[in-house]
Amino acid sequence: MRRSLGDKIVDAIIVFGMCLIIIIMLFPIWNTLVVSFNEARDSLKGSLYLWPREWTLFNYQSVFKTDKVVNAFLISVYRTVITLVVNVFLSSLLAYILSRKEFIFRKFLTTFMVITMYINAGLIPQYFLYRDLVLINRFWVYILPSMVGAFNVIVIRTYINTLPASLVESAKIDGASEMKIFLRIIIPLCLPVMATVALWAAVGAWNDWFTSFIFAPKQDLSTLQYEMMKILSASMQSGVRQPDYLASSMQARSMVTPNSLRAAMTMVATVPILIVYPFLQKYFITVNIGGVKG
Amino acid sequence: MKSEGVIRKKGLLYRISTQKELTLLSLPFFIYFTIFNYAPLWGLTMAFQNYRPNRSFSEQEWVGFRHFEKLFTDPDFYRVMRNTLSMSIINLVFGFVSAIAFALFLNELRGKAFKRITQTVSYMPHFLSMIIVCGLVSNFLAMDGGIVNELLLRTGLIKDKIHFMGEPGYFWWIVGFTNVWKSMGWNSIIYLAAVTSIDPALYEAAAMDGCGRFGRMWNITLPGIKSTIVILLIMNAGWILNAGFEMQYILGSNGLVLDVSETIDIFVLKRGFGRSNGYAFGTAAGMFKTVVSVVILTLFNKIAGMVGEEKLI
Repeated sequence: MRRSLGDKIVDAIIVFGMCLIIIIMLFPIWNTLVVSFNEARDSLKGSLYLWPREWTLFNYQSVFKTDKVVNAFLISVYRTVITLVVNVFLSSLLAYILSRKEFIFRKFLTTFMVITMYINAGLIPQYFLYRDLVLINRFWVYILPSMVGAFNVIVIRTYINTLPASLVESAKIDGASEMKIFLRIIIPLCLPVMATVALWAAVGAWNDWFTSFIFAPKQDLSTLQYEMMKILSASMQSGVRQPDYLASSMQARSMVTPNSLRAAMTMVATVPILIVYPFLQKYFITVNIGGVKG
Repeated sequence: MKSEGVIRKKGLLYRISTQKELTLLSLPFFIYFTIFNYAPLWGLTMAFQNYRPNRSFSEQEWVGFRHFEKLFTDPDFYRVMRNTLSMSIINLVFGFVSAIAFALFLNELRGKAFKRITQTVSYMPHFLSMIIVCGLVSNFLAMDGGIVNELLLRTGLIKDKIHFMGEPGYFWWIVGFTNVWKSMGWNSIIYLAAVTSIDPALYEAAAMDGCGRFGRMWNITLPGIKSTIVILLIMNAGWILNAGFEMQYILGSNGLVLDVSETIDIFVLKRGFGRSNGYAFGTAAGMFKTVVSVVILTLFNKIAGMVGEEKLI
């Protein structure tokens, strides 16, 4: 089909619009990167856009010299890795169980699980439950409540349903146990969908600050996001004390500002995600909403 | 292979015994959901009690619907409901329109590489935490050194700096725009997938009939993804009281815009934990939210069935 002049103009306009969107999406992160590498007092002068004026690694050094931030970083890493492994494994196992058409409790368990997506008791009953389970201010509050996700199960089950049923049947005839079928046949075939779910689970755990805020406010259990939240809300509320490590590092060296420190922390918190996600992107599959049904 | 009849005759226990392993494997999941998702529902009884944490269940004083009466006569409740609904509707409208429009235009891109780059970049903000996003927003809109103010001053669009984060009139729109920035790309994925299932022959036929670029987008692509749009609308309508918590809580923490920033979730948190013996009242407010969500979801699901669209559940 020959393209007319009008067609070409439309193309040009669309490409231009998309470029604008790319800039709007990228610029805030790029600018934070620039601030994080720029000398803190110099950043206060403003007009810092695309390239650092005075290069320094001091902001990052301040981040990694502060024990509380390092500890928070480690807690974030631990909870993310554990949640990722546990959630992906258990969600896949349940998805496999629910994919077995002849399983007698399949319908019941599916409904039982789907309901949890729509009905929740709310924050306060949840708090009392965690208190009764002795989870408040314990590391396990990060892990136990997010071991299986109903939504993840549905996504994986939808994927398993597209695999030929004869795979499982022939393995059964060969006398393989359910667990063996799951480990040897289902998992290797489900790697793409598991990668997608793994990314969701990891990002969810890594980005969460609310759990720390409500259920584990103890400093030892603070996460990177929660520390950032404290600095951010302190810098938004004038008059509220900055976290003490920040105040002391500011007095002692007066070389780091809340903004620069937060820029460096933002990059520390973002870079792991930005590194992983282009590799997993090819696995992104769209969630089949039809999977929610029955 | 046994026939249906034999299995039915042997009954339930026999079938369980042939599926011992599956049943055993599924049992921990049943227990897990019971503990973490169903057990807290028992806590909803608090909403009907004069709950005191140091009393046992049998010692609690039952007060019927008194907390709900208190809730519905509380002027703060109407304020947070107004905020919640307004922000929800802004998010819903702008979120949908931006994601659908983005998918439609992305679909019109010819360069494969450029299309992929645009997609990759547009998904990225979805993976940033709310804390980071709020940090970016407050930096960009700051009074001193905020880039938006600097740009507006330089281009002469404004004469004085605008205190974006302190002006109640801006708050809902800042939240709405931030949500669009964060999730437009990600939300467009599902529409892009729907677009691929449209028969290419339709486009050729339309082109033959003299239908232009925008005409084809409007008359073929958009109707082609209509059912996806309807399903997502229903799904999201059920979340109408989930206007969000994180962004409003953090961006509203300067205390200047609380009047417009507080949502029902913040209300539950502040009343439930912030006041002595507020547990029961907070639970009642949270329960109201859940009940309304479920009712709306059921209703919309029915409507979808009636207009001939695929039902969600």
